[in-house]
Amino acid sequence: MKDLIANINKVFESRVRLGIMSILMVNAAYDFNSLKVTLNVTDGNLASHLKALEEKGMIRVNKQFVGRKPNTSYSATETGITDFQLHLKALENLINTQ
Amino acid sequence: MENNSQSVEDIKTIRKMMEESSRFLSLSGLSGIFAGVFAIAGALIAYFLILNNGSIHYDEYFRSLSEKETQVLRWQLIADALGVLVLSVIFALYFSFQKAKREGKIFWSPASKNLLTNILIPLITGGIFIIVLLIQNHIQLVVPGLLIFYGLALVNAGKFTYGEIFYLGILEIITGLVSAFFTGWGLIFWIFGFGILHIIYGLVMYRKYEA
Repeated sequence: MKDLIANINKVFESRVRLGIMSILMVNAAYDFNSLKVTLNVTDGNLASHLKALEEKGMIRVNKQFVGRKPNTSYSATETGITDFQLHLKALENLINTQ
Repeated sequence: MENNSQSVEDIKTIRKMMEESSRFLSLSGLSGIFAGVFAIAGALIAYFLILNNGSIHYDEYFRSLSEKETQVLRWQLIADALGVLVLSVIFALYFSFQKAKREGKIFWSPASKNLLTNILIPLITGGIFIIVLLIQNHIQLVVPGLLIFYGLALVNAGKFTYGEIFYLGILEIITGLVSAFFTGWGLIFWIFGFGILHIIYGLVMYRKYEA
């Protein structure tokens, strides 16, 4: 039992973070507003989860300007991709064994 | 057990987010039905009005396009086809916009931008190629060309919207290739490829995802 949940990553425990990582697994980059609408969360909520993931080195922030408007987009880091895949595997194992 | 159902929910969220963020799922089946109807209407207009009840044979008559007398006819056919295209696109955008709104999704998303880019590359290439065919007097290859490039665009789109559109694309390509062997039957293949296939596809998609 211990082995099974060893890879369950605390960082991904919130549904919002799970959503963010899922989106960044299949998209090279995703901007803040699109994340917000897709996940259906508030600015503040999303920002705090993004911050947490960034601090853990799971995602990278790319700031650039589109015309004159600042545009912030996010991408998964190498660590983020590996860790999320492990987390997914662990979830699947949990379901399969119970 | 508690843990188990939570993991199942987590996996569901993951799958849903991966799909929704990378695919434009607001494409409405109604778009297909209307495009099909417009295509058939366009073909009927071409047959009964422009080609004078079919007494002017599509292929033979156009062998000598450089002649002045065929020029009016040529422009009428081009205008007819463009009319079908414009109406289909307007209605496709309208129905998809409505569907996105109904489902509380954004219309202009990274997914729809991806979809558009991947559709436009084969479509613009095809469009330019068709213009070349017109200039070079290969009128008999215009309909096959339209069907083939449109099919390629749909095959490409399969990765960025509902996967079913991939199969519609394959059918359009086959129709286009077959029609290239039977020149002079352009209108019939047009009706089948752009009319009937679209209507069937639209009905299937509408019943599956919207009804």
